[in-house]
Amino acid sequence: MSLTQAQAPKAARARRLDPAPVLLGAVIFVVAWQALVWIGGYEPWLLPGPLVVGQRFVDAWLDGTIAPHATATLLEIVLGFTVGAGLALLVGMLLARSHFAERLLSPYLVAAQATPILAIAPLIALWFGTGLLSKVLICALIVFFPVAIATMVGIRSVDKRLVEMARAFRATRSQLVRQVEIPAALPAILGGMRVGVTLAVIGAIIGEWAGGERGLGVLINLARGSLFDTPLLFATLATIALIGIVLYLVVVAVERRMVGARG
Amino acid sequence: MGEGRAARPGRARAERRLTRRRGARRPWPACRRPTPDRAPVRLHAPARRPARPETGDRPLASIDVADLARSFPTATGTPLVALDGVAFRVPERQVVAIVGPNGCGKSTLLRLVGGLLPVDRGTVSLDGTPVVGPDPRVGFVFQESRLMPWRDAVANVAFPLELAGRSASERLARARELLALVGLAEFAGARPHQLSGGMRQRVAIARALALEPSVLLLDEPFSALDALTRERFGVELLRIWQETATTILIVTHSVSEAIFLADRVLVLSPRPGQVVADIPVNLPRPRRLSMLDTAVVSVTAAAIRANLAGAADEPAPEEAWGLQPALAASRGRDPLEGVGVPAWFDPFGREGGA
Repeated sequence: MSLTQAQAPKAARARRLDPAPVLLGAVIFVVAWQALVWIGGYEPWLLPGPLVVGQRFVDAWLDGTIAPHATATLLEIVLGFTVGAGLALLVGMLLARSHFAERLLSPYLVAAQATPILAIAPLIALWFGTGLLSKVLICALIVFFPVAIATMVGIRSVDKRLVEMARAFRATRSQLVRQVEIPAALPAILGGMRVGVTLAVIGAIIGEWAGGERGLGVLINLARGSLFDTPLLFATLATIALIGIVLYLVVVAVERRMVGARG
Repeated sequence: MGEGRAARPGRARAERRLTRRRGARRPWPACRRPTPDRAPVRLHAPARRPARPETGDRPLASIDVADLARSFPTATGTPLVALDGVAFRVPERQVVAIVGPNGCGKSTLLRLVGGLLPVDRGTVSLDGTPVVGPDPRVGFVFQESRLMPWRDAVANVAFPLELAGRSASERLARARELLALVGLAEFAGARPHQLSGGMRQRVAIARALALEPSVLLLDEPFSALDALTRERFGVELLRIWQETATTILIVTHSVSEAIFLADRVLVLSPRPGQVVADIPVNLPRPRRLSMLDTAVVSVTAAAIRANLAGAADEPAPEEAWGLQPALAASRGRDPLEGVGVPAWFDPFGREGGA
């Protein structure tokens, strides 16, 4: 496996990892932001410039304002995503296997996804308290749908000819699932997980808004309310965005590693 | 080598088709009629090489198919009878090709022999033991290579060994050995998309051989390859056959391919599929591509073609060869109708699509 990855065209790899477009985008974004602040003449409490936010971001990380909240939120996201995506994998496989299960469950799955998570979150906080559990549940709930659907579609679209091939070599039921169906459906499943991991970030923040003492969502409320520190609010938003980007890249990296070049 | 279509053109054929009555199949000479309950007749003295020492201890298997029937449910409710009363025997180490018109159930037959589909009626046995479900004695090669795109060549070949629970080191060693056998030793680390169609199919053959099957079933393994690759592939397949102790049953569309590879060619009728002819190929082994230009091949090809169509609308070979003109005349036809262009007179190349 590693052998062929080493043989993969170097040019394509270099193009993928070339940081120039990313840096260019960042520069354009920051310049536009600063320009907006200058032209509009906004006060820092209304729209702080990138330099102010950058300064506050560094300060807040160094003096420990953000760090404990960020770790709390990250933990909720990771746990919630793991639980949600794990359950979604199992349910997705069940849905793929059985049309009866699909017809039985899909109305509720769709309804759960269509109901705004903002409306459900207070209810979950009411039932399960304002601790870690309720946040993990909200995360899991929001991650569940895209991963379950992606798994179902992925497994349903596995090439029947590959399945027959595996049967010809006397694959058992579980071997068929593990060695053929899941690997074949992996690109689709990981596509669902890319969507799911970004949703998990939203789930965690909403869970924290619904009640809690710690987390980036709580920090947003603090910065907006009692502290009235808009630069801190922006620094928190930047942290949340960074967490989302990093987790997304982790999923992409896992995908690259597991799926690789299939041609 | 092109497609194995019958190349007798013209209106006469269409007219004959119109006048054909169902069930008016001509009686076959006893020697041609497949009789599975009878001891197999050696149709020719095969130029067999002695078994290689390393293959000598492997089990060999003959294939016995008796009264095989299989139908499929359809949307209209009337089941589609794919095969009805198929019977033949393949002695161990023989190569038998199955040809037949499209949709006559060739692939179904192969799946029944391999135990991939349950039979409706009849039996399939390998060396006297019935086949029930996918069988460890069988290696399957499909029309498309059916390699797993996420595995490299060596891991694809090792797949059956993995399913069988062999140790990692054994799998790797055996898979590399098999890749060397099919001439792809340097491509062990290549993914399927990095290989050509012919190479992929060779990987598929190596995979089929992984568990040392005594029977190799090939379902149109060349159909995705271009003509030149096909010819070389045929030679390659025979070399692999010589180096492994396998009995081969191969489904093909191409008459010349069937002749080049096989000891016998079974011709299947249109649905419901039945064996309508069992034609020996009297070519010495080892086969060479140059043999394809010999008279023996032309005559055999003509016999196969006559039977291919004979299942539908062409004269039996005896008539085509002018052996039974009186019979033809008695049916109110021009006795020379089938003789006008003797099948064996047509050069073999005509199937290339002239």
